[in-house]
Order: sequence, then C-alpha cells, then structure tokens
Amino acid sequence: MEVNFKVQRFDPESTDLVSHYQNYQVEMTESSTVLDGLIKIREEDDGTLSLRCSCRAAICGSCAMRINGEAGLACNTKIVDVIPSDGSPITIEPAGNLPVIKDLIVDFQPFWSKFKAVEPWLQPGEIEPEGEYLAPEEDMIHLAGVVSCILCGACVSDCTVLEVDDNFLGPAALAKAYRFSRDPRDESDNQRLAQLNQPGGVWDCTRCMKCVEVCPKGVDPMDRIMLLREKVMDAGHNNTSGARHANAFAKFLKNSGWLDELRLPVLSFGIFNIKAMIGLIPLGIRSQLAGKRPPIFHHKLSSAKEIKKIFEKVESKK
Amino acid sequence: MKYAFYPGCVARGACPELYSATLEVCEILGIELDEQALEGAACTGAGVLQEKNLLLADTLNARTFALAEKSGLPLMTICSTCQGVMSQANQRLTEDPEYLAKVNETLADEGLEYKGTIDPKHLLWIIAEDLGIDFLESKIVRKLEGFKFAPFYGCYIVRPSKALKLDENPNRKQALEQVIETVGAEVVEFPGSTLCCGFPILTINPKNSQTMVANHTIDAKDRGADAMVTPCPLCHLNLDGYQPNAAALAKRDIDLPIIHLPQLVGLALGIAPEKMRLNKHLVSTKKLLSELAVAP
Ligand code: SF4
Ligand code: SF4
Ligand code: FES
Repeated sequence: MEVNFKVQRFDPESTDLVSHYQNYQVEMTESSTVLDGLIKIREEDDGTLSLRCSCRAAICGSCAMRINGEAGLACNTKIVDVIPSDGSPITIEPAGNLPVIKDLIVDFQPFWSKFKAVEPWLQPGEIEPEGEYLAPEEDMIHLAGVVSCILCGACVSDCTVLEVDDNFLGPAALAKAYRFSRDPRDESDNQRLAQLNQPGGVWDCTRCMKCVEVCPKGVDPMDRIMLLREKVMDAGHNNTSGARHANAFAKFLKNSGWLDELRLPVLSFGIFNIKAMIGLIPLGIRSQLAGKRPPIFHHKLSSAKEIKKIFEKVESKK
Repeated sequence: MKYAFYPGCVARGACPELYSATLEVCEILGIELDEQALEGAACTGAGVLQEKNLLLADTLNARTFALAEKSGLPLMTICSTCQGVMSQANQRLTEDPEYLAKVNETLADEGLEYKGTIDPKHLLWIIAEDLGIDFLESKIVRKLEGFKFAPFYGCYIVRPSKALKLDENPNRKQALEQVIETVGAEVVEFPGSTLCCGFPILTINPKNSQTMVANHTIDAKDRGADAMVTPCPLCHLNLDGYQPNAAALAKRDIDLPIIHLPQLVGLALGIAPEKMRLNKHLVSTKKLLSELAVAP
C-alpha cells in the first residue's frame, strides 16, 4: 500500500531558521506503524530526516510526536488507523510545547526541569523503618495506572495551558507529584501540597482533558490533578481563587441546586480582591447593559431540599 | 420526537438567549421538549464539584438520570460541558454495578433509582443523528450563503472520546461543521476549534484564560470568519464576555460575534433574530445581522 507522509522539517543550520513541510511517498503494509514509515523514509529516501526512537514497542517513550495534529507514539500508531479518508497525506510534526532541535526531535530540558521541581522521589519521615518498608497492597494498587507513565511527553505536547504559559508544571510532572503524594511511605505531603498549591501548580490546569485523551498509557493526568486539588483543599489550603471557586460552587449548589455563572466569580476572586474585581465588574455591568439578562435574584430549584439532603449524606461519608 | 429537557445552569442564568433560541428552533424542528421532567434536577457539577467530591457529583447526576427514566423520555442537553460531565458520570455509573448500587442507596431516600438506561444527548447530536442532516436541510428556508462560520466545540463534547462514544459515532467529530454547511454557510477551519476556551481558569489565571480567548478568536477572525458558533454556553461566556479583555491583551480589535448553535440554526429556519435575543450579545451581532438582512 502506498502511503503519503507530510513531515515538518526544521534544520537548525539553515539560514532562514523556519520550518517547512516535505512530502514523502513510501510503500508500506497493512500492519506497519507510523514509526516504520518514518524509518523507511530515513533509510531509503532521505537520510537527513531526524527522529528519536528506540524500543519500537511503546516502552521507552522516545517517539512521541504529533500525528495529524494530535500527540501520540509513532511506534504504537498503525498507519491504517490514521490515513485521512479524503486522501490527504498523514501529517507528522514534532511534539508541541517543547523547543524543536531538528525535524522531529525536541528538547526535553523543560520537561525534566518541571519533573525535577516536584521532587519525584520518596521522602520518608525522620524515623527510618527498621527493615524493609512494606507498603500495603491496597495503598499501592490504585497507583498502578500512574506509575505506568513512560515519560514520553505526549501530554505535555498537547496541554492547552502550556501552549499559553510556560510556567505551568504540566500534566506529566503533576501526575508524578500525585504518585508520590499518595505513596504511604512518603511523608513530605505537607511541603508537596503547599508547593502544588502555588501559581503554576494544580489550579492552573483548565480541565481540557487533552492529556487524558493523548496519553498512550492511560495515566489520566488530569484526573490525578483533580485528586490533588481535593487533597490540597482537604489539607486546609483554601485561600486560592481555585479553592474558593470550588468551595463557592459547592455551596451554591448545596443551597439552591444550581448556580449562576455570573455571580460565582465574585466569590472565587474573594470579596476583598479589589483589583481582580475591577477587572471583572465590566462583564456583570456590560452583561446587564446589553440586556443579556435581567437582574434577577438567584432562586432555588423546586427540589433544592432533596439536593441538600444528598449533599449532607454523601459529605458525611467522606 | 420528545425529550426530557435539561437546559443546564447557564441557559437558565447567564445565557438566557440560549434558552429562547432552543425553544424556537425545537418547535420548528418538531423536537418536543418536556420542561417539567427535569425542572428539579441539579447542576451537573460542571467538573468543579468533581474536584471536591466525585461521589457526590455522580450521585447528583444519577438523580437527574433517574428523573429522566421516570419520565420515560430520552435526555436532551444544550451545553457541551453538561454533555461531557453527564457522559463521564454515566460511564462510571453503568460500568460498575457496585458503584451504581452505592449511589442508588442515597437516591432511595427520595424514592428514586437509576437503572442505567439513559444516554444523554446534546441538541447538536440530536440534530445530526436523531433528526438527520437531511431533515434539517428540508426545514431550511433561508440559506446563509456567503457567510463564514468558525466552529468551536468546547472540550467536553470532544473529550474523552470513550465516554462520549466518538468511536461508535464518528460523525460526532464533524457534526458542527456539518450543520454549518447544511445551513448554506462556509466552515472556517482554524487550529483551536476543539481546544479549550479558557473558561475554567477565568478567575484562577485570568491572563492565561484571556490569552486562549484571544488566540482562538483572532485565528478565526483572520481566516475570514463572520462569527464563531458554539454548542457550549460556557465557551460562549468566555469568548463573548471576555473578548474585549482579550482584545486589550492582544492590543488589537477582534469583534467576532460568538453565536450559540441554535441561534445559527434558527437564522436558517427563518426565526427573527430578536426572538433568539441575538441583539443581546456582548460582542455586537449588529453587523452580521444587517449583512444577513440585505443578503439575497
Ligand atoms: S487537562 Fe490540564 S494538564 Fe491536562 S492537558 Fe488540559 S490543561 Fe493540561
Ligand atoms: S502521562 Fe502519559 S502522555 Fe504524559 S508522559 Fe506519561 S505516558 Fe506520556
Ligand atoms: S520507540 Fe519506544 S515508545 Fe516508541
């Protein structure tokens, strides 16, 4: 079967320093992967095409790249699954949100520095266990998903917040932070959670689920971030606008069954955050001036009582 | 076709224009809405309550599903976020009978039980799947020829693909484009159409949130869009309400009207713009509407 690839090229030694696309045509079989195709191009057609790979079996994590605009491992993506139905070529680009070194090779330095920032190692308490530190199975089994991260960077490539802000720790590092924060042998939770509560930490995620969708290992970074948020709040860090937002949201819902998106931000910023409020007020006022909505009071749903009961019952179990 | 209507909080509060437009459009398309069945259903939690207490959020959604089951009608939403949150909750509830039983224990206090038979569906999917694009086409009285619209889905109606059953229904990935083409307009392709509008971090990181608004609206505008169309009222709130802030941040004019899916359909069905409160948007739709009025 004849396959067309459109590959983004970048040569750091070129004079104009801009990337461009190059088309290749290769003969492949039904069972070939995207990586097979790229290697074939490199070996038979164009030896200057640069890419990273090693295991070819979705283990080493070195071949993450964008395939038709979405991050994935080239070695576990079959060509037949990604050939566009309209006959256009398969588009191959380097992973996003990391600087390109050459062609499909990106610089992982920012990835590692964020990883390091969450101190991804066990930090036991003062008193060392006498022998081996045994962790009960039920405390570890739920970490099976998150420890299967192969550090491929697919999630980082497509994270919508990293696209606008380098400062965000990002999905891979935060998922790893969760892994250590939930390890019964780790006793540095207080510092970890305080750090994760800072700007650039758990609250900066916009819950877009891109990381969940592209992760080839089912790590579900976003879900880990949400669990970290819960932990951060449970540990008493309730003074961020993220925590205030979640708390105000829950309170609104508990008391009336629904919520009003135009009223909520006031509570999330915190009543005393005058600066943020001034930035925000125009929406409320503009909204009302445009007659977008009448200045109604927040009413309760007819079954607000039943909803409140559910809140009380489930919250008491926590 | 009759549905138990779940409007969601935003259509009831901050975006009343979405509610009006939905009622108008459904009437012409013959979609009968039971507005009472889910009148007392709670907010889905929008992913936020889930941060605090997942079981609680799942219980509230199970209650909504149980109410829908009681009405004997399929459930219709008009919000991408409601769709996604409900689909995810439904996946957890129906995959694990033990979990469902635990949730039902709480619902029993109110005499309710969720049996697991509900499949919540956004109006967008109902148009594309239940009614069919051909049916929509047959109802159109006014082709929006010469106009260009940029589709903006909202994260929750495109991810995670498993809970939303996108593999079983591959059409869902193109439904918005299909509707735009069916009403006679041209689709503007731009990189952000399935990315995040920035709403969830509106108060947490206003700069990042507004940068997202700026990037998407500018990309669409510069590719010739007359307006952006979205099936998600939360995306609308951010893309419309915070567009002036985004323009200030980007130091340029944007002026891209953000219209709700039913408003777009309604224009092609010949519904008067004021009936769908199109004159009540923050980013004015005046220019768009006057061009529509003089268009042949
Ligand atoms: S869910 Fe959060 S961490 Fe994951 S890609 Fe989106 S913004 Fe990034
Ligand atoms: S979380 Fe998934 S996508 Fe991200 S680095 Fe780990 S394996 Fe790759
Ligand atoms: S080559 Fe090792 S993961 Fe793809």
